[in-house]
Formats: sequence, structure tokens, C-alpha cells
Amino acid sequence: MSRYTANPAAVQALVRPTEVHRDVYVDDEIFDLEMKHLFANTWVFVGHDSQTPNPGDYFTTEIGRQPIVMIRHQDGEIHVLYNRCAHKGTKLVIDRTGNTGKFFRCPYHAWTYKTDGTRLGMPLRKGYDGTGLEKSVSGNDMARVGAVRNYRGFVFARLAHEGPDFESFFGESLSSIDNMVDRSPEGRLEIAGPPLRYMHRCNWKMLVENQTDTCHPMVAHESSAGTAVRIWEESNPAEDAPKPMAIQVIAPFMSSYEFFEEMGIRTWPNGHGHTGVHHSIHSDYSAIPGYFDQMTAAYGEERARAILDENRHNTVYFPNIMVKGPIQQLRIFIPLAADKTLVESYIYRLVGAPDMLLERTAMYNRLINAPTSIVGHDDLEMYERAQEGLMSDGLEWVNVQRLYAEGEDFDDIAIENGTTERQMRNQFNAWAKYMTVSMDDGGAMPEAGA
Amino acid sequence: MTFPSRDELIDFVYDEARLIDEGRFEEWLDLWTPDGIYWMPLDPDAENPKLVTALMHEDDYLRRLRVERLKGARTFSQKPRSRCHHVLQRPFIDEIDREVGTCVTTTPFHYVESRLDEQFLLAATARHELVLVNGEIRIKLKRIDLLNPEAAFGNIQLFL
Repeated sequence: MSRYTANPAAVQALVRPTEVHRDVYVDDEIFDLEMKHLFANTWVFVGHDSQTPNPGDYFTTEIGRQPIVMIRHQDGEIHVLYNRCAHKGTKLVIDRTGNTGKFFRCPYHAWTYKTDGTRLGMPLRKGYDGTGLEKSVSGNDMARVGAVRNYRGFVFARLAHEGPDFESFFGESLSSIDNMVDRSPEGRLEIAGPPLRYMHRCNWKMLVENQTDTCHPMVAHESSAGTAVRIWEESNPAEDAPKPMAIQVIAPFMSSYEFFEEMGIRTWPNGHGHTGVHHSIHSDYSAIPGYFDQMTAAYGEERARAILDENRHNTVYFPNIMVKGPIQQLRIFIPLAADKTLVESYIYRLVGAPDMLLERTAMYNRLINAPTSIVGHDDLEMYERAQEGLMSDGLEWVNVQRLYAEGEDFDDIAIENGTTERQMRNQFNAWAKYMTVSMDDGGAMPEAGA
Repeated sequence: MTFPSRDELIDFVYDEARLIDEGRFEEWLDLWTPDGIYWMPLDPDAENPKLVTALMHEDDYLRRLRVERLKGARTFSQKPRSRCHHVLQRPFIDEIDREVGTCVTTTPFHYVESRLDEQFLLAATARHELVLVNGEIRIKLKRIDLLNPEAAFGNIQLFL
């Protein structure tokens, strides 16, 4: 039964101003349409260019369901290609990362391509003489995604050949990536090790919504953050004793509702937004010796202070990443099925900054976002219970009403009370738009080479 | 004070796993030196465990936090509880220094964790760096290398 395919009105009807229908989380047809439309029409994060520092270095990943390879060409440019030999479809590379030298060589029949995807050749070429291979898609280059942009090291791609350009899609939200990169005295980040990989049996959008859900930490994380604070207090620390790094990382999860209300939420058009406009759970970390001096030397004192006074909490880049500027973390919520999501959590080193900053970042990643994290355990428990609960036919709608105001216009940049669910509504507004914008003409998947 | 025999060292490694499997975590916490570290790398080649993400890198405070959390009324991911089960290969004794009072063992093992209707299996190798403190064997470092640390996992909730 096809209820939603080529039926944009039915898809749009799933999103109301203050609630969304559970089919956005549980319906397989909706998931297929997300892969076909939403993940083709939007700018999706691929990787960081420091993952492929040298010519021939590649990184394999997926955008939606599409097998993708990000590769650095001989001239230093990053290319994003479909990871498929134009001949029989074989994936050209399958290692997560590697170096392919000056060209890809398909392991099946030795067809070859340059590292920008340009066709090179194949053995026994004369067997194709006069067959018109050059007129076939198989006789041409590897298929390229619709558009690629390397923004300060962060590589994004849009599968569709038509669509919003990078700047108009992200707009002022890029200020969060700017702040994260500016925190390096050299204005540069480098990937620090492999990502945590954490499998979630829930819909990917639950994770994206959770990034700006400020009414859950003190409830869901009471057992971890609350216990952390209690153990620390029971150890009778001296009044002025410096709090250990682990306490500084975990304790803010027990902050009061007032703290989260006052920290503020800002939303930008196209589904982007962030928590922590005025302060955040990252504001009260200890200063790292030597760092401010390095920043002052690089930027001047006033600018250095402005960069470090920005303490945004979670910035959602719609559709499926979250960035934490103050601790140089990026999490990507990779959709695998309506009820299955792989979360990868990357950290980056601030080039030119003291190691202790990276130590805190690595600690944050491990204590909060690992499959072995007691904070992560309770989050996943909530998502999986929700995924199961949504199968209930007793109620079919999910509420996103908190601090709703009639006539909200998501094309406006707005700053609101930090417990608003406006950012969740903003995401669903963008979701309905990018799900349906290409639906009338029967699909958004690009023709290779179109 | 005499240094423990090989059998006593091997028994210690088995007993440590048994305390975890039987949920006797308070007794387990007492097996460690005050500066002991429980380390499960994500990147087995990482030279400095603090400058790259680990799955776990836990000092006394963080181990205690985990154990205390298990007792809480609002520990949602442990309502109901997980159970676990170790099957150990006989530990190799790699190094013994009777003068200094230290010993290193390597123990391949299988670990099963179960909750509700779900159960999963992990293969791993534990390296114990043991020291003698007041005549008792204590753990200075327990490093757990999973066979597949780079794989995507769901919740791993207890100690390996």
C-alpha cells in the first residue's frame, strides 16, 4: 500500500503546528521517502578534510542510502563521488579510510578512474571498439554528487543536482562552525582518532530532537549526573578545591530548569538551531593554562575574548548532525531504517592549542556519548522506549508544543526561552519542505552526470 | 612477605571476573589500587589514552560512580537490570618481578551481557597489571581490548 509516495499533501499533513504524526518515526514508506527526497535535497555532512590529508586519501561513508567516497585529488581538492564502478556496480573501495594512489582500480575487471572520478580506462579496450560505449553511462566517469562544499574543513554534499546553494541553505548558522574553528589559534581543526559508533534502535529524528531538548537532562540523567554530584559532595571537598575534570563534564547535566530556560535557544531558517545563546553546560569549565595567551597572540585580546565567550551548547545542522563548538565535537545521526540509527561521535584537535583541551574533549565524548556511557545508556533507553511506545494505536500524535506561539515564522531568526520546542518545530517545518519539494515530478534522485 | 604463586595470580584474575558476574561490585571496587585505571580503548594503537576517545578510561571515582548508579531508584536503563557472564581462557603470566612485586597477565575471554530478551557476545582480551599492596594483589591497570572496538554497539552496561 502506498500512502505517501507522490502524495506531498499526505506527507505535509503529518506535520501540524504543535504536533507530528507518529508515522514520521515508524513508517517504512516515510523512511524510504526520506532517503529519496530529504537526504537528496539537503546539504548533508560527509566528513572532515583532515580525514583525507594527502592526495589519494579516501574516506567511505553514506549519504542516506547512497554509498559515497570522499577523496582528495592530486591537486588537493576534495571530491565526493558515488562509490560504484560505472561498469558492473562494484564498490571501488570498502575500507573506512585508505589511500588509493593516483587512481581507483576496480578489483573486479580493473576499470580505472582518476581520484576526481574521471574515467581512465580498462583492459582489452578494443573489445568495446564500435560498440558505442562512450555513449553509455558506463563508459563515462564515476557518478558525482550534485554539489560539494568544503567549509573550513567540514565537507558537505547535496546529492540533488538542483537545490539551494550552500550559503542560502545554512545562512547564519555557519557561525557555530566558525566559532569551533576559530577556537584554534591557527584557525584549523584536525580529526582526533576514530569516532565512537553507537547503534540505536530508534528513528534518527528522535536523536536530532534530543539535541535541543533541555527538559530531559535533569530527569533522564539523574542517575548518572545526580549520583556524580552526590559522590563528589560526600567526599567533603574543600570549599575552593578545583573540581576534577570528570565532575565538570557530568555535573552540569543536573542543572536546574531555570538554568536551561535562561540559556536560550536560537533558530535559523531551514531547520537549523542551537541551545546555549547566553551560557551553556560548557560555560564553567576551568581555564586551561596558556590557552588564552595563545588565542590573544593569534587574534588580539578583544577578539580572543569574543570567541571564547561564545559557549553554544548544541547546534543542529539540519538534517542530521550536531556540533558542539566549545568542545570540538560533531555527532552524526545516520539513518539506517525507520527504527535504526547509527550515531557516530567525532572529536577534533584545536591545532596550536594545549593538549589539555583535547583531553577534556575526549573525556566528554567518552563519558557522555559512548555505548559504554552511563549518560548515553539512559538516553538510548528513552529513545527505544519511545520507538516501541509509538507503535501504540491508542494515540497517534507526538507533541512539540512547548512555548508555541501562534503564527511562528521559521524564516525568521528567533531567540527564545531555552526550554522552547521551537527548534523541533523548525526541524519539522524544514522536513516537510525538503521531503515534498521534489515530489511532484516523481523524485529527486539525480541522474548520474546530469 | 612472599610474592603470590602463579596459581594465586591466576586465581585472582578468575575471581575478579566472578565478582562482576555475581554483581558483587563493592568487593570488586576493593581490588584496585587508589590510582588504578580500567581502560577499554576505542583505538588500540592510541599511545596517549587521554588524547583520543576511549570506550572507557575510569579511575576510582568513575568506577564508584558506575557502581553507585546501579543502586539508584531512577537508573532507567537498569530497570530491569543487566546480567553478565565471563568465560575466561586460562590467563597467561607474561611478566613477574618478585623484587618490585608486580605481575602482568593476559587473558582472552568471551563476555555475554543480557537484559530483557536481548543478549550479546563480545570477544576481548584483558591485560592485568597487578601489584602487591600490603600482601594483597591489587589491580593497577586492567586494559580490555575488544576484538572489534571499531564496531557499532548498542548499550554495553556492565564491566568486562
